[in-house]
Amino acid sequence: MKVCYSVNGKKKEFEIKAGEVLLDVLRRNGYFEVKGNCYMGTCGACTVLIDGLPYTSCTMLAAKVDGSEITTIKGIGTLQKPHPLQKAFVEKGAVQCGFCTPGIILVAYALLKNNPDPTDDDIKKMLDGNLCRCTGYVQQIEAVKLAAKMLKKGDE
Amino acid sequence: MKDFKHIGTSTDKIDALSLATGQSMFVDDISFPNMLHVKFLYSSYAHAIIEDIDTTLAEKHPGVEMVLTYKNTSRVIHTTAGQGWPEPSPYDTYMFNKKMRYIGDRVAAVAAETEEIAREALKLIKVQYKVLPAVLDMEDAMKDGAPIIHDEPEIKGAYDIKHNLAAHILVKVGDVEKGFAESDVVVEDTFEVPYAQHCPIEPHVTITYLDEYGRIVIRTSTQVPFHVRRIVAQVLDIPVQKIRVIKPRIGGGFGVKQEIILEDVCAYITMKTGKPARALFTREEEFVSSRTRHQMKVNVKIGAKKDGIFNAIRMYVLSNTGAYGTHALTVASNAGSKTLPLYNKAPNVEYIADVVYTNLPIAGAYRGYGATQGYACLEQVVDEVAHKLELTPLEIRKKNHIKSGETSPIFRALGEGREGVTQYMQSCALDELIEKGAKEIGWFEKYGKKTRNGSKVRGIGMSIHMQGSGIPLVDMGAATLKMNEDASFNLMYGGTDLGTGLDTIVTQIVAETLGIKPEQVIVYAADTDLTPFDVGAYASSGTFISGGAVLRAAMKIREQIFEVAKEIFGEYDERDFVLEDGKVTSKKTGKSVTLSEIAYQTLYVKNQHQIAATGSMVSPYSPPPFAAHFVEIEVDEETGIITPIKYVTAVDCGTPLNPELVRGQIIGALVNGLSYALSEEYKFTDSGRMVSSNFMEYRIPSTRDIPEIVPIVVRTYEPTGPYGAKSVAEININGPIPAIGNALYDALGVRVHKVPYIPERVLEAIRSKK
Repeated sequence: MKVCYSVNGKKKEFEIKAGEVLLDVLRRNGYFEVKGNCYMGTCGACTVLIDGLPYTSCTMLAAKVDGSEITTIKGIGTLQKPHPLQKAFVEKGAVQCGFCTPGIILVAYALLKNNPDPTDDDIKKMLDGNLCRCTGYVQQIEAVKLAAKMLKKGDE
Repeated sequence: MKDFKHIGTSTDKIDALSLATGQSMFVDDISFPNMLHVKFLYSSYAHAIIEDIDTTLAEKHPGVEMVLTYKNTSRVIHTTAGQGWPEPSPYDTYMFNKKMRYIGDRVAAVAAETEEIAREALKLIKVQYKVLPAVLDMEDAMKDGAPIIHDEPEIKGAYDIKHNLAAHILVKVGDVEKGFAESDVVVEDTFEVPYAQHCPIEPHVTITYLDEYGRIVIRTSTQVPFHVRRIVAQVLDIPVQKIRVIKPRIGGGFGVKQEIILEDVCAYITMKTGKPARALFTREEEFVSSRTRHQMKVNVKIGAKKDGIFNAIRMYVLSNTGAYGTHALTVASNAGSKTLPLYNKAPNVEYIADVVYTNLPIAGAYRGYGATQGYACLEQVVDEVAHKLELTPLEIRKKNHIKSGETSPIFRALGEGREGVTQYMQSCALDELIEKGAKEIGWFEKYGKKTRNGSKVRGIGMSIHMQGSGIPLVDMGAATLKMNEDASFNLMYGGTDLGTGLDTIVTQIVAETLGIKPEQVIVYAADTDLTPFDVGAYASSGTFISGGAVLRAAMKIREQIFEVAKEIFGEYDERDFVLEDGKVTSKKTGKSVTLSEIAYQTLYVKNQHQIAATGSMVSPYSPPPFAAHFVEIEVDEETGIITPIKYVTAVDCGTPLNPELVRGQIIGALVNGLSYALSEEYKFTDSGRMVSSNFMEYRIPSTRDIPEIVPIVVRTYEPTGPYGAKSVAEININGPIPAIGNALYDALGVRVHKVPYIPERVLEAIRSKK
């Protein structure tokens, strides 16, 4: 069957199989920036924004989100024009292997949209579903706080 | 302390922005037309022989390209351990085999057009097993009459297969029995440290394809590209030259990717079919069928004189290598060699290890590499000695730990599976680490106070550690640098950045040596066709060995640049030259030439040649980094839950080449160690099936599990390392088990002898004390 998503602002039709999850549809169509393969929603690496909210795409049925706006990590900033969160993750040393990074940044992006001035605790609660085995999280929490500061200063 | 321009500054990690914007390419981020997808069938029995296997239906299944079993694949005995040649691990493994040695052992593989088809086809394979009695317990495995796990005649390098012993170590210095007899106090205790998995968020993944000349290209998530090339060549019985291994960005390793698991199968499929092949582990496969940490039972006995000086130490390690002996000998060696030299005052030391095969998942390399298990016991027994002598944990360690200028006979007696190399400490800040850490945790105000709040009691504990920097006279890395017109340099080196930041560290080393900016260095790494050899990323060798190789290459480039400058200046003594800010200047004559001018001249104009050099690094030194760990915990007497409140790690890694990356390694290893101490657990059924094979049942930490963490870096200068650096990647995983164990004792006066310290065990310890 066919569905239509707007991915990073571009409308596109996708052929999907019965029961297929969004992660597989996206990766099959070349959106390799969406990582993850636990298929249980437990690691968070496959997180994308669906109509602005973070979901694990490995547990989201592709058919269910027909017509939605989907944002991957490439939809919030680029190598040439990174989002403050992406800059802050670099500056704070919050990226090691980087496999979990897109998911974590997208969750933080959704957090900062709703809560521009989060406490450590807010950040910890929001990022709780995104596992990272490299960093130990300290630098990621610092990066989210730095990005919040940068955004407040209008550094978009 | 020397003054550096780029060394010691937190240059941004060169791949960080690419990763944070989703640009970077991991192994699985490419796809080929006609690519085959590989899925595996695993043994449902812990110990069995396949009497027959019928793959007819699977082979006929539409979309299936080939089915691999022991019947149609090459039978070459080898080890999957990605170690230097000749590997110190026993040769006990085949690509596919009739003999099944654990639930999760490879029975067959299907290569099909899609993953779904491959999975369906697996169900059509009929296997007839002859089930054999299994042995799941380490002690049972060594007994006379135990089922023999490796009974095939080709096995090589195992110690005593009749008793399921993959390896055995016995090292003696002095006379421990006499030492104990002459001691004023003798303390002995045993701790059991469990199975664990590395849990890189990217599991094992490999894609193979043929290049236009028919050579096999292996694009794989590995820590050891050159060992992959050598071992795949061995298993497939083809020349090394037919294989190219490429490591792109990889999603974490921590030791589990120091292993050849998927590469041989994919390469075999590509060789036979001519088609690209892809294998990607599921999380469950990662837990069950990749590699784990060696479960160990560690016994330590220490005899000390009244003044607290150790007189004799004996360590006995019983290690479980599971179904195959990968890293069996060397992990067990390290449990002693990376721990016992720390207490070099004892004239009598004995280290004994038995490494047994069992019908359980395969152990392998894991950050810490045996030292983690050794310290789990040693550092708790050291506290017990202190208590007996009414010394504080700080005092007893200060009296006994190794210091600058000192050595330990263990360095020579116990190497990586063979005799080691004598090491004299040239940098060691342990006293300062202990002092600074104690101050930060509030040791003197809090120790022994047992502050109570209802059922919750606070306690603090500490431990000290060392590791190494590469394997002396074994590990080798090499690097090639070449100069371009704009004074940029291509750096091709074999070092393998797993996400640690090694590719960034090496740009800083080149920049410092050549007086340029780190961003003028274009790094290309870990490709067996295009980069020089490097053993890979393990044994805390990255900065010291791979970084050392890069430094050597850069020093040669420096000389070549000076040769050209001499010609241009008409001068003869390079001691007059300064190389900085992108130019060579003569202090004597004031003449100056930019590196770009030198590049243009040598490439196009006069005495034309390519300024380029290769440097190799192998070292008789393996300078240990040191660490002192301090933790404050709160333990709830009613629930048994231990909550770490604050964790302080004071670390001496020589010169921290990039402080932000150093901090990342410290915290990352520490948090991994914390959950190893508190929550991570392999649960097995009575038949040996691992059942906690997902992140819901096997708990690795998330943001909410971390305490306040304070890393303290004490800068020293290690003369044998690049710009004074030692390693830092592994050491900090070693602290949490003993430090929390000691804190628990401080709070409640109990010890939990089996890790992890889950609430049931803590409650049990409290009950048995009462």
